[in-house]
Amino acid sequence: MSDDRQVMLRETFSVTGGDFSHAGEVSTTIKSMLKQIGFPAPVIRRVAIATYEAEMNVVVYADRAVVTFEATPSIIRVILEDQGRGIADLDLAMQEGYSTATDEIREMGFGAGMGLPNIRKNSDDLEIDSEVGVGTTVRITVFTQA
Amino acid sequence: MAHDEYYHAHEVNTEMCDGRMKCMRVCPTSAIRVRGGTASIIGELCVDCGECIRACPHRAVVPLSDRLDEVRHAYKCSVAIPSPVLYSQFPSDVTPRQVLEGLKQMGFDHVFDVGAACDWATLATSVFLREHKGPWPIISSYCPAVVRFIQVKYPDLTEHVLPMEVPREITAREAKRRLAGDLDIAETDIEAVYITACPAKVVSIRQPAEKERSWLDRAVAISEVYGPLRSITSKMEDVPVTHLFDEASYGPGWSRLGGMAGLLKTDRWIAVSGMSDVTKILDDIENSKLRDMEFVEANACLGGCIGGSLTVENIYVARSRAIRLEQRFHQNIARHERRVERLHREGFFAMENPVRPRPLSPLDSDIAKAIAKVKRRDAIYESLPKIDCGACGSPDCLTFAEDVVKGEVKLSQCVVRSAH
Repeated sequence: MSDDRQVMLRETFSVTGGDFSHAGEVSTTIKSMLKQIGFPAPVIRRVAIATYEAEMNVVVYADRAVVTFEATPSIIRVILEDQGRGIADLDLAMQEGYSTATDEIREMGFGAGMGLPNIRKNSDDLEIDSEVGVGTTVRITVFTQA
Repeated sequence: MAHDEYYHAHEVNTEMCDGRMKCMRVCPTSAIRVRGGTASIIGELCVDCGECIRACPHRAVVPLSDRLDEVRHAYKCSVAIPSPVLYSQFPSDVTPRQVLEGLKQMGFDHVFDVGAACDWATLATSVFLREHKGPWPIISSYCPAVVRFIQVKYPDLTEHVLPMEVPREITAREAKRRLAGDLDIAETDIEAVYITACPAKVVSIRQPAEKERSWLDRAVAISEVYGPLRSITSKMEDVPVTHLFDEASYGPGWSRLGGMAGLLKTDRWIAVSGMSDVTKILDDIENSKLRDMEFVEANACLGGCIGGSLTVENIYVARSRAIRLEQRFHQNIARHERRVERLHREGFFAMENPVRPRPLSPLDSDIAKAIAKVKRRDAIYESLPKIDCGACGSPDCLTFAEDVVKGEVKLSQCVVRSAH
């Protein structure tokens, strides 16, 4: 049994900036794996929303990203490492309603400034490292037991 | 796995099935396998959308609706409640009233139209949406296949399902109450028969998702009554008919896609049909992408209920007729608003119990073992040709890998892999 507890599922995916037609697919794939594993529905929902928002941030703001998904019986982690413009002022970006989105993006229904706050709300731990002109790494952690 | 726990309104006729896998390829929940040359349906996964019935070239997937000659056995009185789809199946010189009268001539003691209940429920839904505090959007409870799909595949979205009774159930309930009073008989002496466009309604009657018992007792297919009705109505003058409510108008709306949502007092609605598009929309709702929407009308059948597998008319012809019927017979219902709002507060439209999740069994009840199985499945999947040919009898390579992990088939069943 103790060996089983160490078991970890790891998958990687790629997301392309500007590719709105496939946006959300990584989140959907991760969600369906979590359902098959049998995690509680509220846990799955939080991971799905946080992953979706982070994936959309890549599509809207970055050039490309590698998404690493890890699941153990106790922890689910989603890491998005993107190459792109980065975030200049992280504290400002974490505020609800703050956005640097263009009018065009806003017309598509994005850029309401709720992305990062929503990720924080739906994760138990959130780490963001960003370098302007290089890219951003977002590490989302959700604990599977309350 | 409790495969027999759920009632389904169709079965595979094993003698007629010659294993051509068309049903397996269209099933939105991957519930069909073809083993030993014959299709079988996994009960836990099936949501009764009816795609397999439509897809089978041999009509080997047989819908199990009730037959007309089974009506009226142990009852004192029979009531026909036709789906509004029925009216759109006839040429435009046949009016809804003639169709209803025709059902009486076929032997039903009473006929009740669901149109009024549709209109009233639409008004009540607007009241509900105005007062609802989230989560958004609300998903219509009208299509039983969509409700089951949500229970099975999107269990955490069950709280988005409109907690309101559907018009066919409201009509059956009120018809029974009224007739029991008028005729001085018990409600249980009255048999309410729904004339249905799809087998999912049969299931919702025999095994409702949200209550112990349906107010309807049987469901007879539109295709079953169409022949006799066609010949009766062709010889008929227009005639008045009993309605449920005195002010009844023709209530077309809910038979075609967008018909119901378009009458709501909000602009923030979408209407979606066909299981593959319903799947995309539910994924979006689960990702909270559609939280700015207030209402989602979702129908399993393409085009709405007029696309049901138990109809007889081409859906584009039926759609055109339904639109013309609306233009001709539909009345403005706004004047009933205050009465409907009062009834809504009194619980007239309330669903008995909320729709509860019915999640699929995970790969293993132990999470660590389930993770190990997903890893094994993914490793097997990587070794497969990924062309989803279906020759193994599973619908696609990923499902095949899962079936191998579950011990249901051997990896050697993959003929493409074995050939290399």
